[in-house]
Amino acid sequence: MHVPDGFINAPVSAATGVVAVAAVAVGLKGARRELAASGPALGGAERTAPLAGLVAAFIFAVQMLNFPVAAGTSGHLLGGALAAILVGPYTGVLCVSVVLLMQGLLFADGGLTALGVNITNMALVTVVVAYALFRALLKVLPRRRSSVTAASFVAALVSVPAAALAFTLMYWLGGTTEVPVGKVATAMVGVHVLIGIGEALITAATVSAVLAVRPDLVHGARGLSVPLKLRVGGELVDAPAAAPAPAPAASGPHPRKVWIGGLIASLLLAGFVSFYASANPDGLEKVASDKGIDKKAEEHDIADSPLADYGVSGIDNTRLAGGLAGVIGVGGTVLLGSGVFWAVRRRRTTGTPPAGTASATAAGTSGPTDREAV
Amino acid sequence: MGAGHSHKLYRHGHSVVHRLPAHCKLAAVFCFVLVVVSTPRTAMWAFALYAALLGAVAAAARVPAGFLAKRLLIEVPFVAFAVLLPFVAEGERVDVLGLSLSVNGLWGAWNVLAKGTLGVAASVLLAATTELREVLLGLQRLGLPSLLVQIAAFMLRYGEVITDEMRRMRLARLSRGFEARGVRHWGVLAKSAGALFIRSYERGERVHLAMLSRGYTGAMPVIDRITASRAQWSYALALPALALVVCVLGWTL
Repeated sequence: MHVPDGFINAPVSAATGVVAVAAVAVGLKGARRELAASGPALGGAERTAPLAGLVAAFIFAVQMLNFPVAAGTSGHLLGGALAAILVGPYTGVLCVSVVLLMQGLLFADGGLTALGVNITNMALVTVVVAYALFRALLKVLPRRRSSVTAASFVAALVSVPAAALAFTLMYWLGGTTEVPVGKVATAMVGVHVLIGIGEALITAATVSAVLAVRPDLVHGARGLSVPLKLRVGGELVDAPAAAPAPAPAASGPHPRKVWIGGLIASLLLAGFVSFYASANPDGLEKVASDKGIDKKAEEHDIADSPLADYGVSGIDNTRLAGGLAGVIGVGGTVLLGSGVFWAVRRRRTTGTPPAGTASATAAGTSGPTDREAV
Repeated sequence: MGAGHSHKLYRHGHSVVHRLPAHCKLAAVFCFVLVVVSTPRTAMWAFALYAALLGAVAAAARVPAGFLAKRLLIEVPFVAFAVLLPFVAEGERVDVLGLSLSVNGLWGAWNVLAKGTLGVAASVLLAATTELREVLLGLQRLGLPSLLVQIAAFMLRYGEVITDEMRRMRLARLSRGFEARGVRHWGVLAKSAGALFIRSYERGERVHLAMLSRGYTGAMPVIDRITASRAQWSYALALPALALVVCVLGWTL
């Protein structure tokens, strides 16, 4: 996915460069807060450089870890979603950006003038989409470790095609070759959905592996942590650590939550199905163009695809291309998901909190690790 | 960290190009790539001249052509994309060897190939003639926020350590008879990746504490402030300046 020089024209490269600079600046600010907040009280803002640097080194290294698929082919992690979930979105954007910068400068991987494009796509879009989705899912799913794993699966799964769509959008705005945007979108999203599945499996497995050993390190699972208990003389005593704010509604799986989770999942699926469905008209379009049907007819063809419908509902313009429609679709899905969640939470806070137990997160300890008890 | 002061891409040397201050070289490479990218694709001769310019730099830096060619291979995935362009692009078509190709697509493929290759070659030359530390100092000199430079420095310094750690984990897996052959084995690899993250993060915490105990307050002291004389600047900027002349000619001719 590293875009070389000369792929995207100058204005779009410059614009994405500005976006990338802003993203890195925001990342620098936020990472200071995120990394200072993690771990013990020792140290503050000056933790940023060593920790973010080592996380960047980890992303750099893990991109070299080959996951064999079958028959000699293998894939590797892109790491945006993983970084967002493990260390938080700001640090994630920052670290992936640094990795991209160094790859461009020293390894000639990705063009220097395309740095903005690369950072916007692979650092910003991936991390933001993954984290937004992850957070939204975590809020509707039951508060369990398995939910974190599931949410990271979906987040990584969507983040990769979302980056591909962002690339398609940039290509549509500033590509140096006039390839029909529908074709680019189809090819990019088609390939990247497959990559996304691999990314999702690896990310989820890695997150669950870290969660099993050091759950405190997983930024995305901070709300899940149960206050530390010490066994002193056979009795469980609260450890004198700064306990996270106990959540009042830490109940087990609630039917409504499950129902809403299913709704969100189906929304996501609908998004993907529509991407796939768009492959068909585009395949037809290719045949049509091969047979000499003129450009206008092709445009009409795209307008019939479900993706265009997404676009039409937002902006009244039949010339809206698949890429834009897809981005709107993904964004709309995310917004809708968080909107639904928000409404649910508001209703829940007005009602009486159910007196459930949080024993699901207790990881099989013998004592009463009930959140309500603290 | 055995090779902490150089990297595999660096070729030790004492040529004129090696001796130039890093920030001059960084600025020169960036301007050069910028000029190359803004050249019209129809001016094919301009790209030949750019390649000749880079060839002259490589000769001055005594970087062998074989080394350069090997490093150019990183571009291969996008070459594949470029090869596809003539088949999928729109517009009028020509018949080449019985294949119907889009004229626009052919130009697009040429555009990506020429500009991409020149960009990669320029970056490779920069990496081959500049030490890691110098690159970082140069970036700082060019105004990159010092925190960002520090993060990049930590990433590069510890990149090798972490990669080595990963290699040791792989050896450990191999020596226990594990060989990843397919998706079924991803769980084990993912556990390794998770362990690698924990080790990296904890190493970061240790590094932070070690630095704190040595008086680190969030900023690295600048020991040697690199400066560039006017002659060095003009030397470094000769490359983009010549390229700019070619570019202007390419637009006007």
